Amino acid sequence: MPRYFLLPIVALLFAASPAVADEASDLAAIKAQLKLMQHDYDTKIHSLEVRLARAEADAKVARMAVAKPSRPAPVAVASNSAPSAGQTFDQPATQVATPAADEAPQDVTVADNTPPPPPAAPASNNAFNPGIAAVLNGFYAEASRDPQKQLIRGVAQGDESGLPPRGFSLGESEVSFAANIDPYLSGFLDFSMQDDNSLSVEEAYIQTKDLPDGLSVKAGRFLSGIGYLNERHAHDWTFSDAPLPYRAFLNSQYGDDGIQVRWLAPTDQFLEFGAEAFRGDAYPASGAAHDGIGTYTAFVHTGDDINESSSYLAALSYLHTRAENRDTNGNLFTGNDDLGIASLIYKWAPGGNPTVNNLTLSSELFYGREKGLFDGNAFSQDRFGWYAQGVYQFMPQWSFGLRYAGLSTSDPGAALIGSPLDDFGHSPRAETALLEYDTSEFGRFRVQYTHDQSDLKPDDEILFQYTVIYGPHGAHRY
Amino acid sequence: MRKILIGAALSALALSSPAHANLNVFACEPEWGALSHEIGGDKVSIYTATTGAQDPHQIQARPSLIAKARTADITVCDGAELEIGWLPMILQQSGNGKIAVGQPGAFDATTYVHLLEQPSRLDRAEGDIHAAGNPHIQTDPRMMLPVAKALAARFSQLDGANAAYYAVRLADFNKRWSAALAKWTAQAAPLSGVNIAVQHHAWIYMENWLGLHEVVPLEPKPGVPPSSGYLAEVLQKLQATPAKFTIRAAYEDDRPSAFISEHANIPAVTLPFTVGGTDGAKDLFGLYDDTINRLLAGLKK
Repeated sequence: MPRYFLLPIVALLFAASPAVADEASDLAAIKAQLKLMQHDYDTKIHSLEVRLARAEADAKVARMAVAKPSRPAPVAVASNSAPSAGQTFDQPATQVATPAADEAPQDVTVADNTPPPPPAAPASNNAFNPGIAAVLNGFYAEASRDPQKQLIRGVAQGDESGLPPRGFSLGESEVSFAANIDPYLSGFLDFSMQDDNSLSVEEAYIQTKDLPDGLSVKAGRFLSGIGYLNERHAHDWTFSDAPLPYRAFLNSQYGDDGIQVRWLAPTDQFLEFGAEAFRGDAYPASGAAHDGIGTYTAFVHTGDDINESSSYLAALSYLHTRAENRDTNGNLFTGNDDLGIASLIYKWAPGGNPTVNNLTLSSELFYGREKGLFDGNAFSQDRFGWYAQGVYQFMPQWSFGLRYAGLSTSDPGAALIGSPLDDFGHSPRAETALLEYDTSEFGRFRVQYTHDQSDLKPDDEILFQYTVIYGPHGAHRY
Repeated sequence: MRKILIGAALSALALSSPAHANLNVFACEPEWGALSHEIGGDKVSIYTATTGAQDPHQIQARPSLIAKARTADITVCDGAELEIGWLPMILQQSGNGKIAVGQPGAFDATTYVHLLEQPSRLDRAEGDIHAAGNPHIQTDPRMMLPVAKALAARFSQLDGANAAYYAVRLADFNKRWSAALAKWTAQAAPLSGVNIAVQHHAWIYMENWLGLHEVVPLEPKPGVPPSSGYLAEVLQKLQATPAKFTIRAAYEDDRPSAFISEHANIPAVTLPFTVGGTDGAKDLFGLYDDTINRLLAGLKK
């Protein structure tokens, strides 16, 4: 544009030099002439401006809406094969790439041939920073008996098998870091902060991304894939606490240091096999037996759609572990723990659309045996547990749930009468009702009422809970 | 138990053995399944993960989807975070490196067009916003041309033996599509400048195409269901700036639209949003035929 403004000035200079020599009377004529020229140029400039604006608008429209199918291909083909990397409109790069192209046609080509600008870089993950997500939890509990003193009769309980204490408490807060490490591996690290200010590494694992034939491997510390709920973080459970058998047999959930291999069969029916080996340091294991490979598990998952509205997932899992001097409130157990779990999950959503109404029914059966020495006494105890639950979303953001859970354990023998393994003839059970309101998929409030009969005397507990998740949070499992 | 496991494993191997002559396409939404068919013809086997009755934002990562993703050669999805609530879980659980993000087997349609409404501020307080921009590009049929071209190129890249076939299909599609575009644009002329209310803010590309003017969305924030208080505000807004009708996608809850329709006394128009959303939207062409017909019918009421 400045170029055009220069022209009248140059013209003025040319015109001015003779004007000085000539008589002053000519000056007016020259001025008039100049004015004419200026007007002429102004009109030309104006028309150029209009044309330019029109061209720009056209280019914009072309870019925004559609590329013409007949348009020359090379640029688009290149961008098709590499949509991510080479598509930024880096000026210097463009100039290097087409040094011979003369300017005017290039402008036209860019306007017409511009592949759509790449979407803005996802701002959710700052460049190469991992995705950081936080989960906050808060409880308020009222209970007819102190929940912290309620025992699950017949079971030597782990330290995380209890219920939230009376009054206000923070529960467990989590911070997780997730990212791809390279094309072959991804990493996940999850810290859990207890309300007593203790920090623990809940999960820290690497996972393969690119193994052939449906294989994937996970290594590090992670939650075992047994059962249905075990793999899920507490904030992902459908109720505020784990069902009774999970609390009693797995200390709410079993996670340890180890390795997991999964294989997904190339079938239309979902069919997945998995096996794990763990150090054997966490309840129900202890003491990293067998030179630090104290636990083995295996599981198989299958599932499919039943029709447009309903689907299911079924699983069989098995865990074998060795415990060396497992200390539960001063009681020591050394021996083997075997546990089998059968899981069935059914989900219903009208037309496959869960946004307004949906229903999830799930049930798991636990059957296991602990055998060895309990406080020095030889024993063998069969254990059985189960739960069944249903959660129904009756309108957007609102759901209602019911759960029934029970346990029974066999007589551990005369030597252990009065020990935690003695159930005093009582079969622990718990009935739970839940009302949930979700502010969005990232925030939720719950009221949960439990009639807990895990101990000899029943405890009625009402629990208020909020859970929020912020930061990039991965998609949820089925 | 062991016998059952071995039996299952063997049957799995037996099922996997037949060689796949075709490209296995895992289409996230019906419109991309339909476009894959237009370009791929009988050289591709298409599995469409969702139906027109489903909200593509909110799909459960069901076992059946994981099994289908396991054997896919390419995913043909919308992208722009539309599927962020379920697809990453399916990709991860499928263990299929071919369709991992960034691989040639991962095709996102929104990569090939200019997205509108790229938010200047990313904050979940704004509701369910998409960082890359509004992902619902299929509401404007003009978008199909660049996407079809890119898809044909991608099919050819993965299946070089049939590149010529895809090129011919693409040329044929372009021809038929351009003719259809001209027809639709002519038919839709009366819609230009018409005021509308929308249930979810998902129609921006269609509004752009037809010159519709969105007066108000029935959701206070994207993805946030309206409260009755908010709907009262909407009614007030509609009193000040009347809309000809309100539109919603077939998969959406019909209550907010019905409420506004009744109280503002304007028709509630249900649009297919994608192939299979309505009976009329049987294929990609039918999708826009039916959309235009329904909009024009809304105008006449």
